[in-house]
Amino acid sequence: MAPRTLFDKIWDSHVVETLPDSTAILYIDRHLVHEVTSPQAFEGLRLSGRRLRHPDATIAVVDHNVPTSDRTQPIEEADSRNQIETLERNVKEFGVPYFPLLSARQGIVHVVGPEQGISLPGMTIVCGDSHTSTHGALGALAFGIGTSEVEHVMATQTILQKPAKNMKVVVEGQVGPGVTAKDIMLAIIGHIGTAGGTGHVIEFAGSAIRELDMAGRMTICNMSIEAGARAGLVAPDETTFEYVRGRPFAPKGEAFDAAVAYWKTLASDEGAHYDRVVELRAEDITPVLTWGTSPETVIPVTGNVADPASEADPSRRAQMQRMLDYMGLEAGQKIAGTPVDVVFIGSCTNSRIEDLRAAASIAAGRRVAHGVRAMIVPGSGIVKAQAEEEGLDKVFVEAGFEWREAGCSMCLGMNPDRLTPGQRCASTSNRNFEGRQGPGGRTHLLSPAMAAAAAVTGTLTDVRELI
Amino acid sequence: MDKFTVLTAIAAPLPEENIDTDKIIPARFLKTTKRSGLGVHAFDGMRYRPDGTENPDFVLNREPYRKAEILITYDNLGCGSSREHAPWALLDFGIRCVIAPSFADIFNNNCFKNGILPIALPREVCTELMDDARQGANSRLTVDLARQVIIRPDGREVPFDVDPLRRQLLLEGLDDIGQTLQHEKAITTFEQRRAQAQPWIPHIVLD
Repeated sequence: MAPRTLFDKIWDSHVVETLPDSTAILYIDRHLVHEVTSPQAFEGLRLSGRRLRHPDATIAVVDHNVPTSDRTQPIEEADSRNQIETLERNVKEFGVPYFPLLSARQGIVHVVGPEQGISLPGMTIVCGDSHTSTHGALGALAFGIGTSEVEHVMATQTILQKPAKNMKVVVEGQVGPGVTAKDIMLAIIGHIGTAGGTGHVIEFAGSAIRELDMAGRMTICNMSIEAGARAGLVAPDETTFEYVRGRPFAPKGEAFDAAVAYWKTLASDEGAHYDRVVELRAEDITPVLTWGTSPETVIPVTGNVADPASEADPSRRAQMQRMLDYMGLEAGQKIAGTPVDVVFIGSCTNSRIEDLRAAASIAAGRRVAHGVRAMIVPGSGIVKAQAEEEGLDKVFVEAGFEWREAGCSMCLGMNPDRLTPGQRCASTSNRNFEGRQGPGGRTHLLSPAMAAAAAVTGTLTDVRELI
Repeated sequence: MDKFTVLTAIAAPLPEENIDTDKIIPARFLKTTKRSGLGVHAFDGMRYRPDGTENPDFVLNREPYRKAEILITYDNLGCGSSREHAPWALLDFGIRCVIAPSFADIFNNNCFKNGILPIALPREVCTELMDDARQGANSRLTVDLARQVIIRPDGREVPFDVDPLRRQLLLEGLDDIGQTLQHEKAITTFEQRRAQAQPWIPHIVLD
């Protein structure tokens, strides 16, 4: 057999049948469900009298529109409450396992899946959410789908898809101080652009990727979608196996050993073909952030925002100017020193215990700058409990940060955590689109350490000055 | 799903790149449990001013584009979130066909699932079609899916590619779940074979 990539191997092992035009009926191992993109799918099943084929391969959580404040209070927003109650009726009717709001295991779906051992290497994993690519960090083929596809998976446990092209992004070398997985991924997106990965699955490789812990790999794979890719992957290795071992839903004992033996066969073969290869040197990557309203507008924190005068194409030039106007920035200005109103540390990109530790190491012994609202939103109840056991909550609270409950929070402005028009936010989330964090809100994407640095200085700051 | 066969309609030019699904339908409007009714919020941030009144500069607020059924943009239309609310909002507004140099993958899928035809054409061709669209109400484009051509107002034809299986589903207005379930025996066989080969794959059962 010709040498195959990690993607090829997972794909081949899940093809139920190939239809005449090369579309595959692809088997799905795990279906993650949340309150926002599932109601119409459940309704579709009900109307057509279809059953949900595998409740035991499905898990539901509430995360997108839940408040991250006091959980003992009823949910105030009526439409959010309705969506959550609708999910609760649906999981009951169709027998889907569910972590409700008050469960210790509740959290952001892409934090919960790996944390519980529900997402495992070699699997196909889907969810009605584009950041499903996160689970690719385990060496699983994981991608976001629309609600019609959610219904398709519920009814058939499969999806119709054509094979993706293979792309490899190699980051060799060792990153410098203050440079994290988030900086690596933003640098990659800045390099290849938000459509750079369209039609491809990106395998991340090279020593700088292999040295990352699982949280870092999840940050990288999470933002594959911001590079336009269908999914991101990291080959499973000892770091992966140690992460999975002992997780509540992971195989145990001999079953675990059998699984590991299989997972070890998944790495790409020597000589496997990639349609595109991109190489970056870890030493060239510095702490970075975005200045505009597209995730590809990445600059070093020591750099200057773009100047539309340098763009020849008139429609592109106009669009750049519109970004500057929206963001309240001047062409060519230095980005460091720009005052921020809000700091958001959380989201499926950066809300794991390792992210909170990184932020706490900068926050410790310092104070949130006057007039800045700084929020810490753990990715799950389990992450929150772990952080409290380590005393991180005290570090944050003493420094003047808000210590909140788990959820998507200010990543997407569909729960009470939102920016108000004109507010500038240093955010560890994944998208800086216009209005993403609330209408008129201005988002700068950066790492948890950089976000903490912005909180304590009150401006966009090079974290290396605080290490 | 409505069939898509031949569409003769007003096309709206929106010459921007990377129009994301948050722009097509902001997250605060996703708290619905229905597919319909989102058209009024399509492109909310561009279409309305902060006081809620219409922004007269936005193309879909101008005649004849209020009745547009075709939308033409630049690269990477529909990037970002997987929300199917984006094509639902477009459809509810009246859009049945989107034309751009490229589409984000999930948005592209979501369009087909809702009877919206996405057509990828080179940037120069999109620019020419935008110029056609700017000629006003009598300057309609015809999209003929069976023949895979766009007929410009002057009669010239622009051929386009479309996935054959998806083309068939659109032409017939078919639900693909029913089609996949015709292969249920193969799915069951796959499950049995896999349970033997990889018995360690856990079932998710809560206590």
